[in-house]
Amino acid sequence: LPFVTWDVEVLKQTPLHALHLAAGAKMVDFGGWDMPVSYGSQIEEHHAVRRDAGMFDVSHMLGVDVYGAAARDFLRYALANNVDKLKVPGRALYSCMLDHSGGVLDDLIVYFFAADRLRLVVNAATADKDLAWLRLLAAQRAPQVELQPRRDLAMIAVQGPAARERVWQALPGSREVSEVLKPFSACEFGDLLIARTGYTGEDGFEIMVPAARAAALWNSLNAVGVRPCGLGARDTLRLEAGMNLYGQDMDERVNPLESGLAWTVDLTSARDFVGKSALAAAPRRRQLVGLRLLEKGGVLRGHQHVRTALGEGEITSGSYSPSMGASIALARVPAGVAVDDTVEVAIRDKQLAARVVKPPFVRNGKILVE
Amino acid sequence: MNPTENRMNVPAELKYTATHEWIRTDADGTLTIGITDHAQQSLGDLVFIELPKPGRKVAAGEACAVVESVKAASDIYAPVAGTIVAANEEVVKSPETVNTDAYGHWLYKLKPAEPGDTAVLLDAAAYIASVGDA
Repeated sequence: LPFVTWDVEVLKQTPLHALHLAAGAKMVDFGGWDMPVSYGSQIEEHHAVRRDAGMFDVSHMLGVDVYGAAARDFLRYALANNVDKLKVPGRALYSCMLDHSGGVLDDLIVYFFAADRLRLVVNAATADKDLAWLRLLAAQRAPQVELQPRRDLAMIAVQGPAARERVWQALPGSREVSEVLKPFSACEFGDLLIARTGYTGEDGFEIMVPAARAAALWNSLNAVGVRPCGLGARDTLRLEAGMNLYGQDMDERVNPLESGLAWTVDLTSARDFVGKSALAAAPRRRQLVGLRLLEKGGVLRGHQHVRTALGEGEITSGSYSPSMGASIALARVPAGVAVDDTVEVAIRDKQLAARVVKPPFVRNGKILVE
Repeated sequence: MNPTENRMNVPAELKYTATHEWIRTDADGTLTIGITDHAQQSLGDLVFIELPKPGRKVAAGEACAVVESVKAASDIYAPVAGTIVAANEEVVKSPETVNTDAYGHWLYKLKPAEPGDTAVLLDAAAYIASVGDA
């Protein structure tokens, strides 16, 4: 008999998976995880976050604790942004992690608790690769540093103008410790970590919670009126907020300077970091810009060709902006293309005009781009 | 069990294609064509619809309209060969009405080249089976 072999990839499930199914969510494969794309209307979920409060299961992302006397020095070398900016316990920093040629391996948030204790939160699809890379780097540079993946934690992002108030309602006692938090800082509350961070362009918290208690927290938040939102709304919210999605707007084939992330890379200080010399030598040929479609005729999408006066470009992320009622995108175009330039985007058999804009498109409920 | 199958809304009086169009045959033989409830659910919130111009001749299976949701673009195919006789400008203005009631909002009307061609269309049971196999 002939052998029949096949690969069945079993999708991973977060601690909230059963709740998503019970709520009738439409599920999709996202980086190997079975995740809710929406619970009904993706556009209504989007508006809930811009106008009130919504929550996202982001437990597919991975926390990685970095321990040891050399932890901070190690991350000073491993990350493109400088962890020396983190001086106060609880402060957080957005950074790219680069390879030696300056390509983006991942983008992440690093939380500083103490010089010998920091936490990275990395993307789901890249988590295994990131961990292997960090272990290799640590073996070479700082063998005493301990890297501990935290799959025991779930993460819930509560976002929107009313998000913090709702969290305080759902978690009695949390207001006292978390009301003072500035953006990009975090505090511990019992065994939770409450961080004033997010990926939507709205105020709110991201809460790391032991997996066994995640469902109870989700239900408490739901009970005080926080609307469950899927990855579909998360994508239109982050696109409006002008935030990159790893794997779409950047990956190891591009560097942060051509990904709109020069502000996260410090090339002037004496600090050495992985990818620094390659970045310093890299030609600045391309840039990431925002586009707003000016004509009717379709929706901007990833991989559509962009024709500019200075050469060809490509859309990296495109969609319909529910807040603006127009189609918007991020696109990688030749350096020198300027804000307010008009470009042409190939949508099916048409060339449609779009205007170059500076992201973000929308922040804190306000449209920033006409 | 797939929870979407429980909810599948497939009126018995319509015909269907495996590519998720519904077809109603009017008394004069004209076909009215839309997308199924299953299709609108799969696509999610619709934000753009492009329809063929009346007078255009289409082959069976030819892509002749486009619907775009927030997530994705999808071609709409002519169920049989014929001539486009009408396009519903209301759904072009308000694509979201197709999400609300997929069978109450048609996209375009087609005069078949050969009236007998509609024999290949699926009935409700066959369409439900084709979705189950997908």
